[in-house]
Amino acid sequence: MKTKQPIDAFARDLPREVRESVYVSSKAKYDKRLDSLNQSYTAPDSIRKLAGQIKQHTLENLPTYLGSAVEQLEKNGAKVHFAKDGQEANETILEIMRGVGATKLIKSKSMVSEEIHLNPFLEKHGCESIESDLGEFIVQLDNDMPSHIVTPIVHKNRKQIATTFQKAGIGEDYNDDPQTITRRARSFLRQKYIEAEVGLTGGNFVSAESGRIALVTNEGNARFSISANKTHIALIGIEKVVPSDKDMAVLLNLLARSATGQQLTVYTQFINGPKAAKQPDGPENMHVIFLDNERSNILGSEFKEILRCIRCGACLNVCPIYRQSSGHAYRAVYPGPVGAVLSPLLAGKKYPDYADLPKASSLCGACNEVCPVDIPLPELLLRHRNKAKQEGIKKASAGTPSMAGWSVLCSSPAMWKTSLRAGKAMDYISLNLIPVPAVQAWAKERTLPPFRGGKFRQWFKEHKRNKEA
Amino acid sequence: MSQTERTTGTQVQLMMTCLCDTFFDSVAQATVEVLEHVGCNVEVPEAQTCCGQPAFNSGDWDSTRKVVRHTCKTFDARKPTILPSGSCAHMVAHGYDLAFEKEDDLGEVQTFSKSVWELCDFLVNGLGVERWPGRFDAKISLHRSCHTRGTQTYQSAVKLLSSIEGVELVEFDESEQCCGFGGTFSVAYPNTSVSMGKLKIEMLTASKPDIVGAVDMACMMHLSGIAQKQGRPLNKLHVAEILMKALRNGQKQ
Repeated sequence: MKTKQPIDAFARDLPREVRESVYVSSKAKYDKRLDSLNQSYTAPDSIRKLAGQIKQHTLENLPTYLGSAVEQLEKNGAKVHFAKDGQEANETILEIMRGVGATKLIKSKSMVSEEIHLNPFLEKHGCESIESDLGEFIVQLDNDMPSHIVTPIVHKNRKQIATTFQKAGIGEDYNDDPQTITRRARSFLRQKYIEAEVGLTGGNFVSAESGRIALVTNEGNARFSISANKTHIALIGIEKVVPSDKDMAVLLNLLARSATGQQLTVYTQFINGPKAAKQPDGPENMHVIFLDNERSNILGSEFKEILRCIRCGACLNVCPIYRQSSGHAYRAVYPGPVGAVLSPLLAGKKYPDYADLPKASSLCGACNEVCPVDIPLPELLLRHRNKAKQEGIKKASAGTPSMAGWSVLCSSPAMWKTSLRAGKAMDYISLNLIPVPAVQAWAKERTLPPFRGGKFRQWFKEHKRNKEA
Repeated sequence: MSQTERTTGTQVQLMMTCLCDTFFDSVAQATVEVLEHVGCNVEVPEAQTCCGQPAFNSGDWDSTRKVVRHTCKTFDARKPTILPSGSCAHMVAHGYDLAFEKEDDLGEVQTFSKSVWELCDFLVNGLGVERWPGRFDAKISLHRSCHTRGTQTYQSAVKLLSSIEGVELVEFDESEQCCGFGGTFSVAYPNTSVSMGKLKIEMLTASKPDIVGAVDMACMMHLSGIAQKQGRPLNKLHVAEILMKALRNGQKQ
């Protein structure tokens, strides 16, 4: 069917096998999430609410907690940097690499590094940057984009991956056995870990109390990325700070359960600084880069709750529109409901380019129901729609019927009742003949029920007369 | 909103919803009969039109406020206003707050929203109805209707239906998933909306129920419109209609 909305067109044209993989994986993760939470807690919903309060409280007091996290990290021996945008963060990373004479970087999974497009930047400056998370590694080999926050290659099947490996010369022949693929990636990456001079990670949470950074992975690649290197860089959004180690525990209990239905990821690491004098090994230099990139602006806006997000992807997995369209439909690093709220904001001046994303929702509220930090996602999507309408952004309103005439009709009872009578004509006209795009979009694969305008009002008057009689 | 803050009583007003005013008169009629059965005196203010949700969800909050102000003027906030629709009730309970957060008349709007109830929620939590009399012999799959999230509507409907003699409520997969209607979403995103609807119909009818039930005619209009076009019409009923039919069957016995 014809459509004016790019996400709807993307869903329409999505290859069947991609939709199938996205659907199967989303559904499986949703079911596992529910089982895992219910097995562990009698009232999972109240923990979700508590986690939301912890994050919201931190955001309301971010300068204080961020300040204390910096103080602790410095006390622990780390060097702390602030980057106002992606450009500054990229330059800081390059500077650190040049400072230690490095040209090779190995990176564990970090959505923030995707956000600032670190890999192409470093390559442009003659440095190698290798992804060590298997999914991200495959995305990198393919020159592709991750299509999910947690499972970046949910849109690919093993045959496609085998072809990618063959093209890249990883392994001697085409082989689509998942174990063989993994083994080949492993031996390739082991060499890269050893060759690398700098290891870069993200950070899932930072404790303001201790400066401790929590890192979660299922492949142990974060640990590998930093243990053989002299320099560790942690690139972290400013909103990742939490008040205390204890708060980190609440959030860690929810993160893996919400993301993949695991009680805990296979590896959970806590790092609070470089190698101490008495420790036998570990990075000698540790740099923490706190990235703003529009976050301060979001914090001061009516969208600030979105900064509670802990990137579990639960809202993607449950979202019926994401299930139909896949992550690439959202044209940005963060897809799904969280992406629909966040991406237009991270775009800064390019807000209008992404103003259609908040329309990709039936506002069903399933995203809010599964969110481990209780972000009112439907409300934020609605705020975006209102903002786009007020700013007259055409991309957002494309395909949505205008409501101005309707509001006049609905606030004038006489006109409303006249239209109830006039609407009778609809029964005699084929919907396909009415030259209103909205009606046509409805009627292509749906019928409208017979028009019965005013019938109830009539019935009620008689009913009342009969009762009084 | 705590129960004590909400306006209750048996002198009630019906907000029939624009969909029942235009297409589903039988649902509004059933609502009146159900309310009268539990001892309510029902009024239907003539000037009513719509709750304002279509414009609100489309992002046109100026138009929304215009309609909401008309609606608030039309109903008497001292009496409960009953809606046979989870999504319109959600709009009044949550959407009004959002659309009026920066407006001077927020207080008046909130006074009205506190008096508004979805039908099943009102029966169970407003009037304390625990069981529904009569009989209705049918296997029913009850669509959750997303906009009832965060309210007592769905649980109340389940409570009432499962108390009726002869009713068998069946479970179905992906009950948390939306039907794909979403107001203007259904025309702005026609492909996604219809695909979602087809999937929902598959789930709702997997166990071959006699009836597909709902607390919202918007979902039903979309789902039965798709089913009809596919040549396999949906046997659908609003919960109010089921309650009314149960009463009538009970009288026959």
